[in-house]
Amino acid sequence: MSEKLFSLVSGIIFGVGLVISGMTNPGKVVSFLSVTHNWDASLIFVMGGAIFVTAPIFYILKNKKKSSLGINVKLPQKKDLDKKLFIGSCLFGLGWGLVGLCPGPAVSSIAIFDPITLIFLLAMLCGVITNKYI
Amino acid sequence: MHNFTPLSASIGGIIIGCAVVLFFYTTGRLAGISGIFANAFTNKENRSSNLLFLLGLVIGPLCYLYFTKIPVNFEITNSYILIIVAGFLVGLGTRMGGGCTSGHGICGISRFSIRSIIATITFIISGVITVFILQQFGFYL
Repeated sequence: MSEKLFSLVSGIIFGVGLVISGMTNPGKVVSFLSVTHNWDASLIFVMGGAIFVTAPIFYILKNKKKSSLGINVKLPQKKDLDKKLFIGSCLFGLGWGLVGLCPGPAVSSIAIFDPITLIFLLAMLCGVITNKYI
Repeated sequence: MHNFTPLSASIGGIIIGCAVVLFFYTTGRLAGISGIFANAFTNKENRSSNLLFLLGLVIGPLCYLYFTKIPVNFEITNSYILIIVAGFLVGLGTRMGGGCTSGHGICGISRFSIRSIIATITFIISGVITVFILQQFGFYL
């Protein structure tokens, strides 16, 4: 039960951070990627601000086997730099640059009530399912 | 620099960092949103937690915008083809590459994961090239 509650609360806080940072606006994200025309470096400060908090705390917690709720800690185990990592990230960057939406802001932008974001999310789900068959 | 907002970006980033820490500290999982999104719809394990996290991602901005009455900027293409192609590529690419801006860009980099550092550099370069090419064809958002 409390796991569900904390998931919801974490999501709420994450969403508030996203909207304050301005990253829910696809135009602002595209301006970050637009290095040769009206470049807007704000996204670096969003990532930097987040990492400023997470890096030291992840370091302190790095040997933890169980969470505060007694759930086994799950961390990615992969270490190899494979083709999938590279090709996947290239495809993601391509889609990200086309519209300026990545998964977090895409979900949060439901709050803006523009039906176009629902189409984006539906297409994103199709992409997720397609990956299962590759 | 046009519309550069380092202060609100940093504050937003710090809040996002707190959310990632809270999620990890309580559930023992990393808040990579592409993974949470994919698992919420394709994996029974932790489904309700994942769906609640996604619900929070919507409720947070909804409450923030409602209480602050700050007008929200939302500039997006009006091309449905572009939206569908981009959405598909974001879904496929993040799952193939194992993460997105949050999973690789925030969680992975702060754990000094080489995979995540390479992935983040790759998707940013790929995004920059994409925007540059679009602009050569007169697409400015």
